[in-house]
Amino acid sequence: MGAAKMKDKLIYALFWLSGLIIVAILLSIVGYVLIKGFSVISLDFLLQSPRKAGAEGGIFTTVIGTLYLTLLALLMAVPIGTGAAIYLQEYASDQSRFARMVNLTAETLAGIPSIIFGLFGFVFLVILLNLGWSILSGGITLAIMILPTITRTAQEAILTVPVEYRENSLALGASKWQTTQKVILPFALPGIITGVILSIGRAIGETAALILTAGSSLGMPLSVFDPTRTMSVHLYLLAMEGISLERAFGTAFLVIVLIVIINFLANLSMRRFSQAMH
Amino acid sequence: MERIYKIQSQNLDVFYRDFQALHAINMDIEQNKVTALIGPSGCGKSTFLRSLNRLNELIAGTSIKGQVYLDQQPIYTKELDVVALRKKVGMVFQKPSVFPMSIYDNIAYGPRIHGIRQKHQIDNIVERSLRAANLWEEVNNRLNSPASRLSGGQQQRLVIARVLAVDPEVILMDEPASALDPISTSRLEELIAKLKNKYTIVIVTHNMQQAARVSDYTGFFLNGELIEFNQTDELFVNPRDKRTEDYITGRFG
Repeated sequence: MGAAKMKDKLIYALFWLSGLIIVAILLSIVGYVLIKGFSVISLDFLLQSPRKAGAEGGIFTTVIGTLYLTLLALLMAVPIGTGAAIYLQEYASDQSRFARMVNLTAETLAGIPSIIFGLFGFVFLVILLNLGWSILSGGITLAIMILPTITRTAQEAILTVPVEYRENSLALGASKWQTTQKVILPFALPGIITGVILSIGRAIGETAALILTAGSSLGMPLSVFDPTRTMSVHLYLLAMEGISLERAFGTAFLVIVLIVIINFLANLSMRRFSQAMH
Repeated sequence: MERIYKIQSQNLDVFYRDFQALHAINMDIEQNKVTALIGPSGCGKSTFLRSLNRLNELIAGTSIKGQVYLDQQPIYTKELDVVALRKKVGMVFQKPSVFPMSIYDNIAYGPRIHGIRQKHQIDNIVERSLRAANLWEEVNNRLNSPASRLSGGQQQRLVIARVLAVDPEVILMDEPASALDPISTSRLEELIAKLKNKYTIVIVTHNMQQAARVSDYTGFFLNGELIEFNQTDELFVNPRDKRTEDYITGRFG
């Protein structure tokens, strides 16, 4: 009895340690970034345009570039991804060959490293379609990258909608589209938003594929045909080219803050929404 | 008084892929009466019910032979507008399934999808439907609170109100009391008795006392066949078929 009990305690301790390691990693990274970058963080750092390749001034244009690119990617990927998910869950029959192909493609896309998308975007969008290094090229590339995540999570969210809702709605004389639009999508929305949040995280963190497609210009992007530099690309170049490690950490800190804010807002809207429903 | 038949099924066969769930069902359902369908689990009574508003079609691999007539018009034709059919033939399911919206929006759902936009018109429908479903007194002061906060019995009456709001002529009920407590059940049965003045009701139940209490006619199903169909008093007191007798006396089920 004693040995078994000891073993139980030991294993409990190991699992507890695993949990602790996760917390420790997160805290030390965020803490380290914060301490290293703290000295450069100020309102000016956030709101001024970079000067001297980022050695002076702030990072405002890269914040705008990040938001611009992410928003454009979402504008393309959310409708297409959600549309594909609706098609797969609501309209396609399980036996449909096309549906199986869509599923397989989405899975495969999810496994392709982002740099491959970057290379494709560079050759096809930037050069062949002559879109140049631009927010449009970068946005399309990002959209392709996040499409599988959005499709998959939307599919899973739709799957959780009870079949009774569909039956009740159809039995009231609603069409399939009315049912999808008024009952299924509202119910699935929190799940769909989770996918969008994950995608935003990926989009904000992307570097290599964006250097190839959106360029690394520090100018203020005005239209979608302008090149831009995202915060992550900026921090990569600041560190890589030895411009300023401190400013790289400052940028990193703001990237984390941005992601936390987006997560917070998404959670908030989700909670508002589900409170209104339940 | 001459009998008016609201629904007539003629040699209706239903198949789920290779499995034949219903065998040549012939049944004439009288208008403004309650018709109960009884029988053991898997006997085909629910399948029959769901073929009256063409809801079986939602299940992949379902096929149908024979015909069902609503007001003498066939419903299994290519031209038939399924939306119009389901508007006329409403359905209440076993599990009360309120949509995750307010009480008001649940009732307004049907009228809105059928194109009613004016607020005062929808207000009227909501009140009328909730009154008709004997729920108005209990919820009129909290129409905007989530429907999921109602009790099970209230939810089932809400679902009935939601069906009434699209102004059907027939109401199909698939074991509507199976998830309810005895008090809620008796309120539901009162409601059914009141509704039959205006609507034709077909109710699936595996509670024979309930069938005896609420219905005018009863059909007994077994293994996909309609074994016996008669006036409820007659069927329970004087069954003609041995199998019906065995079932209602509780020898199997």
